[in-house]
Amino acid sequence: MARVALTLGPLFFHWPAERLRNFYFRIADETSLERVHVGEVVCGKRMPFSDPVWPEIIERLERGGKEVVLSTLAAPATVRERKAIAELCADGRLVEINDITALPARSGRPFVTGPFLNVYNEATARFLARHGAATICPPVELSLDTVGTIAGACPEVGFELFAFGRLPLALSGRCYHARLHGLHKDSCQFTCEQDPDGLAVDTLDDQPFLAINGVQTLSAQIHSLLVEPAELAARNIRRLRLSPHGCDMVEVARTYRDLVEERQDPEGARFVLSCLELPGTLVDGYAHGLAGSQLAARA
Amino acid sequence: MTTSGRMELVCPAGTPSALRAAVQAGADSIYCGFRDETNARNFPGLNFSPQELAEGIRFAHAHGSKVLVAINTFARAGDTDPWRHAADTAAACGADAVIAADIAVLDHMATQHPGTRLHLSVQAAAATPESIGFYADAFNVRRVVLPRVLSVQEIAALNRLIKVETEAFVFGGLCVMIEGRCYLSSYAAGRSPNLNGVCSPPEMVSYDEDREGTAARLAGFTIDRYAPGEPAGYPTLCKGRFKAGDKAGYLFEDPVSLNAGSMIVAFKAAGVTALKIEGRQRGKGYVTEVVRAFRKAVDAAEQGHDATEIDNILAGLSEGGRQTTGAYRKIWR
Repeated sequence: MARVALTLGPLFFHWPAERLRNFYFRIADETSLERVHVGEVVCGKRMPFSDPVWPEIIERLERGGKEVVLSTLAAPATVRERKAIAELCADGRLVEINDITALPARSGRPFVTGPFLNVYNEATARFLARHGAATICPPVELSLDTVGTIAGACPEVGFELFAFGRLPLALSGRCYHARLHGLHKDSCQFTCEQDPDGLAVDTLDDQPFLAINGVQTLSAQIHSLLVEPAELAARNIRRLRLSPHGCDMVEVARTYRDLVEERQDPEGARFVLSCLELPGTLVDGYAHGLAGSQLAARA
Repeated sequence: MTTSGRMELVCPAGTPSALRAAVQAGADSIYCGFRDETNARNFPGLNFSPQELAEGIRFAHAHGSKVLVAINTFARAGDTDPWRHAADTAAACGADAVIAADIAVLDHMATQHPGTRLHLSVQAAAATPESIGFYADAFNVRRVVLPRVLSVQEIAALNRLIKVETEAFVFGGLCVMIEGRCYLSSYAAGRSPNLNGVCSPPEMVSYDEDREGTAARLAGFTIDRYAPGEPAGYPTLCKGRFKAGDKAGYLFEDPVSLNAGSMIVAFKAAGVTALKIEGRQRGKGYVTEVVRAFRKAVDAAEQGHDATEIDNILAGLSEGGRQTTGAYRKIWR
């Protein structure tokens, strides 16, 4: 059975440069992740803060044996943001495309497609593979079986499943952090920095529901795909993606490693994760063809 | 590309009678979809059979109008035939264009029906010259329906950099999220625009009475609450009231609809080719009223009347609710 590899996806939240440095140094030194994504995906306005620290983070990660993937913006709008995408696409490292904007600049050389790109079927996957897609992480609303169907018809691509974290559910032209604080996006004062896992959104009846992160809306709950590695292998799924949060991601990575190496069963892994300080409860409905907010697996 | 000719008025039709009403009210083009999951307004009692589409196209052509067929959801993995079949049927019926978002559908159209004009759906969320250029080069897309995130100044700048036409929403329902990239509905309720052509599905809606009034819920999640006696609205996910931080309110968007009628002159100056009215779920009475008013407004704009005069023409058009010009004015962000 092919070994399932682990990827650390791009950070969605606005963390200060010092926190980024400490976080990724620890990921470099203390985890066995095969791949680590770096770079800003959600908001181009944050890039001037994080851009200066990425080079040393990349160096440390590569020294730690990680394959570094440069992630690109999911909703580029300004000239500066489009230029940033073009520059990243020229890099010799693997690049993650999160908007079709990056495709012409990267076509013909290998890339990853992130969950913001709408790959819903094998015809789209094959088209992107012809342009250079080496790894596809499909939209989060697709089930395990659906991804298996696409992967089975597209063996030349490595399929990766979003397996841990608040689910990236929507993007907007409007910044909800700014709106909440009575500001506009153009003068937002970076209030999103106050919420390292996003800001929880509850219903009027106090049900945990969503989380806002600038222009992004995520789930309040933590999606956690915890299945036997044989179930992944049977569907040609080669990688699991863990999305960075403020909890102990080294422990999260260790838990998933134990799962894919069969040292821990899914229920045991779920228990270990539930003991961490997570910003929401564990759900996995999407993977099993249900509403994403549901928990299909036995607790 | 910047179009300098007469702006095209693109109007919705959820039924054959709405199509005829739109044609008679002065629509240049009518867009509609098949009665299945291949279009993003997959609601019970709406949309067209292949035969109804063929008849609708004959009627529209006889009156000098065009018909654009929306096949704008994403084809299902392992079962892409319904989408190919819809594309083949639209082409066979003589559709003036197919509106699509999925690369699988676009690729099928480009290779199998190169003679049928292709428009890029708003669901593809193409907002940059690079993205639009890709769809133009790869599939010969001739027009892009713009995502509702751009200001009118940005649309003008974009039109100078691309070689295809642009179409802008001008009236009707307003998605606050980038369309085609929103999974809120499947997260809460299991069905979504991209997967099923449905948002906030009606079969998951409940109105529950208690001592504090009525809770409008979607799959058990409270989307809004109303005091006793207060009329309850439909629990559309992104238009609800929620709590965040120490605040409670319309976190994403107020319950408003789009009316950018006052910006028709600005759209023309920005080089926009076509103006689109949302509302395939609306009846023929509504379609007649809105299309007739916008026909007058667009004609007035073409004749050089200013924004105030156009506002007066459209003043009667209000659904009782509040209206916004959305992202077209930068302050919305």
